[in-house]
Amino acid sequence: MYGGGNTFEGIKNDGLAEEDPGKLAAFEARIARGEKIEPSDWMPQLYRKQLIRMIEQHAHSEIIGALPEGTWITRAPGFKRKLALMAKVQDEVGHAQLLYSAAETLGKTREEMIHDLITGKSKYSNIFNYPAFTWADACFISWLVDAGAIVNQLANAKGSYGPYCRALERICAEESFHLKYGHHCVIFLAAGTAQQRAMFQEAINRWWAPMMHFFGPSDKISAHTQTLMKWKVKMSTNDDTRNQFLDMYVPKIWELGFTVPDPALKKNTDTGKWSYTEPDWEEFKRVINGDGPCNKERLEVRRVAEERGRWVREALRSEKMAYVEPLA
Amino acid sequence: MENEALIELLYKMADDQLILGHRNSEWTGFGPLLEEDIAFSSMAQDKVGHSQALYTLLHSLGEQAPDTIAFLRSAEKFHNCILVELPNGEYDFSLVRHFLYDTAEMIRFEMLRDSSFVPLAQLARKIHGELRYHTLHANTWIKQLGSATEESISRLQHAMSFALPYALGIFEASPYEQTLIDTGVFAGERQLQERWMAKVAEVLASTQLQLPEWSLQQAVLGGRGGRHSEHLAPLLNEMSEVLRIDPSATW
Repeated sequence: MYGGGNTFEGIKNDGLAEEDPGKLAAFEARIARGEKIEPSDWMPQLYRKQLIRMIEQHAHSEIIGALPEGTWITRAPGFKRKLALMAKVQDEVGHAQLLYSAAETLGKTREEMIHDLITGKSKYSNIFNYPAFTWADACFISWLVDAGAIVNQLANAKGSYGPYCRALERICAEESFHLKYGHHCVIFLAAGTAQQRAMFQEAINRWWAPMMHFFGPSDKISAHTQTLMKWKVKMSTNDDTRNQFLDMYVPKIWELGFTVPDPALKKNTDTGKWSYTEPDWEEFKRVINGDGPCNKERLEVRRVAEERGRWVREALRSEKMAYVEPLA
Repeated sequence: MENEALIELLYKMADDQLILGHRNSEWTGFGPLLEEDIAFSSMAQDKVGHSQALYTLLHSLGEQAPDTIAFLRSAEKFHNCILVELPNGEYDFSLVRHFLYDTAEMIRFEMLRDSSFVPLAQLARKIHGELRYHTLHANTWIKQLGSATEESISRLQHAMSFALPYALGIFEASPYEQTLIDTGVFAGERQLQERWMAKVAEVLASTQLQLPEWSLQQAVLGGRGGRHSEHLAPLLNEMSEVLRIDPSATW
């Protein structure tokens, strides 16, 4: 699951003046023709750097995102939910594996990326810095956070870097099952007892602000991304993806009899655009820079897992390790 | 008598699978490498699925619905061996438990393929096919880490010494042992244990791990009779936390 809002920082020096103008023109022409760029192809340094940053953040978001939902695997009510949630969270870890591999094709190793994650150097989706207090919170994540991720990832799957696009195609197919699972869970809460309905309404109230933040700062204040859009690294603006999400899912939330905690939320039928109360971007910045409810806990869990697993990884690098024939 | 024997057998197998599946699932997000997160999660799904199939068989024999008997019984009514309820600890213990337990399960379900209780024999054929991958996984890692570095060998050796008495608790005899053997439902825990000891020794012989002296091992018993460690009740409380908010609700 991945929003994409926190991907890009302002580009201070794009370094394009130092690139070979002929190669750069050919590269841009290929992208304009809709061709995919592959790992061994020539690419500008800025393209490489921004893609590593984006794919790495996406991978981190998958493994960190497994934590708030993962805590509900052991508490999921009944066999059907338990089995589905286990498979879903496993998928997310699998996505991280795919994405780290895609990022590695650009020259940064998985170990370096994990190191940058646990030292706080690289970011992950801000929404996972909030706690999942109840089963309904876990259902909100499975349905709506995954829905938001799909909106973003479907756009990115049409991007220009081959390995990332191929990973995203598979990820989107799996995410669409997550979305169905999450929606199914929510329907049961909506059609359940007064207490179950109240649980989900409270989850919406808690998660709405992080959900709006999920797509990143408003285009009015976000970093300049024109070059990245031309290179098909970034495929749509934050406000466009946010609008698309609202358009697809607010009616579904209302349909189930729930409310959204924003009195200003409404669709302009002429423009097709949704208007809403501007999210608190100061809070977004605060949380993304480490001061959210769960930032420390999430990174600590990851750090401890890395530390406790070190002896296993070291043993795998031992010279005495026998080569094991792949099974398939 | 025969029915009671069968029900007791099914409960202990189902409870083992559910509790170990639950423990395996706790590795999600915490594995020593992503690939192991994913592997433990797959095995967790298989085990919880196996338990569901076994509880469904029990339901067909007149027990309550699978969700009820799996999620809403108290600890003293569980018949799992104590080995599976112990906390995951470090990866070394989880791996060694996985190896010792799944080696036994592989043989158990192999034996059950010939059970005179046809629905169990049919289910055993399916489960046996899936367990093959669990033992393949366990054996691969035991062989690798059991011969790699000083630290990995010593960690596995230590975990083995700790786990072995609990592993012998897998084979705690049922009060219906003879009935099960006489009616051809299951050939019995003793036969299973003997085959298991041989298989464990065979895998360890290809590593630098020492097999502890069998005769010095004191089996930790009690689980099959509902006498558990302090770790089971909190696990069950956690597992039923949401269901107990309103047991009459549908989730």
